[in-house]
Amino acid sequence: MSVDQATVRRIAHLARIAVRDEEVPHLQEELNAILSFVEELNAVDVSGVEPMTSVIPMRLPLRKDEVTDHAGADVVTRNAPGAEDHFFTVPKVVE
Amino acid sequence: MMSDLTKLSLAEARDAVASKKVSSVELTKAHIDAIEKARGLNAFIVETPEKALDMAKASDARIASGKAGPLEGLPLGIKDLYATQGEHMQACSHILDGFKPPYESTVTSQLWRDGAVMLGKLNMDEFAMGSSNETSYYGPVASPWLPPGWDADKGRSALKGDKKGLLVPGGSSGGSSAAVAAHLCLGATATDTGGSIRQPAAFTGTVGIKPTYGRCSRWGVAAFASSLDQAGPIARNVRDCAIMLRSMAGYDAKDSTSVNAPVPDYEKAVGASIKGKKIGIPKEYRIDGMPAEIEALWQQGIEWLRAAGAEIVDISLPHTKTALPAYYIVAPAEASSNLARYDGVRYGLRVPGKDISSMYENTRAEGFGREVRRRIMIGTYVLSAGYYDAYYVRAQKIRTLIKRDFELAYQNGVDAILTPATPSAAFGIGEKGSGDPVEMYLNDVFTVTVNMAGLPGLAVPGGLSASGLPLGLQLIGRPFEEETLFSVAEVIEQAAGRMSLPKAWW
Repeated sequence: MSVDQATVRRIAHLARIAVRDEEVPHLQEELNAILSFVEELNAVDVSGVEPMTSVIPMRLPLRKDEVTDHAGADVVTRNAPGAEDHFFTVPKVVE
Repeated sequence: MMSDLTKLSLAEARDAVASKKVSSVELTKAHIDAIEKARGLNAFIVETPEKALDMAKASDARIASGKAGPLEGLPLGIKDLYATQGEHMQACSHILDGFKPPYESTVTSQLWRDGAVMLGKLNMDEFAMGSSNETSYYGPVASPWLPPGWDADKGRSALKGDKKGLLVPGGSSGGSSAAVAAHLCLGATATDTGGSIRQPAAFTGTVGIKPTYGRCSRWGVAAFASSLDQAGPIARNVRDCAIMLRSMAGYDAKDSTSVNAPVPDYEKAVGASIKGKKIGIPKEYRIDGMPAEIEALWQQGIEWLRAAGAEIVDISLPHTKTALPAYYIVAPAEASSNLARYDGVRYGLRVPGKDISSMYENTRAEGFGREVRRRIMIGTYVLSAGYYDAYYVRAQKIRTLIKRDFELAYQNGVDAILTPATPSAAFGIGEKGSGDPVEMYLNDVFTVTVNMAGLPGLAVPGGLSASGLPLGLQLIGRPFEEETLFSVAEVIEQAAGRMSLPKAWW
């Protein structure tokens, strides 16, 4: 399978990565190089094989649903590029 | 006081500090000086000398009061993928601009618990995506090994320029491998998703182990591909690696894939007899176009182990060839999901846009480098509607087959598997991957199977190439049997002779 330029733009948008028009042909080439590299997997017989979900056989542990080591809103928002009164600030979403 | 404290191995330094022949402050100062003189290599991106000296003083006080830990007073370097409370942590990416985590990773907290001293943060490929340390936002790391035929002057002048032609230290843990090889620290933390501990160790003549998946906590280590990522050490010899791993490993309730099993004293396995151990030699690792010197190195390794009393058996791991392409579906898929959190809202870089969506898109376009953007896009594609079964589910089925290959070998009594660590010696900065990204990916052809199967893997120097560069052998073990790897690796290390690491030309 290979991707066309429209697909490259669609993937970039799904991944929330802005791409400039002049980048598209080069990206298309690189993505297609990777996709053709993984093409050989189609030749592997996987009938009746379970997909791997956990590489080490173990049961996922459960814990009580409770606050454990919450550091506080000050600490949580300290690294934010925009924060006000313990909230993250973002550009206006609803007019 | 000894003349050059940076020449000590971690085990020697430990013994010297514990017996009060050397203070931790003296040892730490020697390494701080070495780091300052080696800035041209670009191995450390952040130096924390004041913190290091504070920690060293505290270590000396604990030693004086008889409360020393197993790593007391030993200065280490930390890969920038690890969260270090209040200190720089950016996974060598622009997108985490200015990020200082308010918490400490479990692995580093265990190192400090055991008395280790932090020298600073080490360069790496951005988000651990790369095999040469060239994708770092902070620029490439130069290997302390000079290219064949170069003298110190030529090396120094290249360091002042764009470093082209100097050798890569491997990746993604290239800062770790370079710093350890150049004697800037006694050992370093590293991480391995597809070979990022073992390939840089092989390129620099150092020893690195990727433990079994679940052995070390991933908590506080920036996630790349969660089902493959494992923490581990790089050090200058097998014993030093064993000492570090004991402190790094262990159960952590904060990582749901962490395994609750006791941590053995790995150092005890170093020097243990390997008589009667069954060592598997997988025929599928004899790949087309493999250089004769890699083949010869592998054969030499086989002879050394046989001479030490091991039984050598030919084995088959038929799905080996599928591991690398399957990895380039699984790893980008998981990366695209893990890296969705970098959106310019909670931490790091924010690039404004006309609305929130364009703010996300602009932030991620500017914050991520080319390789990371490429992998996120591949991952997004293989997980997108209509392609999920054809790519991702198929790759996970192939992963089951890869793991089954190893299980069959182990069921037949194989204790460990011996392979080359890399298909070549180190290459030059700027030499590979600029046109076709797959060219760089092929570096991990021997290491990636181990991550896909969750097994422990260790790289140990086996000798030098015809042009005088280090070559590594890889040992692959049964799950949670890292001790066997340390025992077998020690035999190789003893037989190969101590790799004479480069003199300080930088």
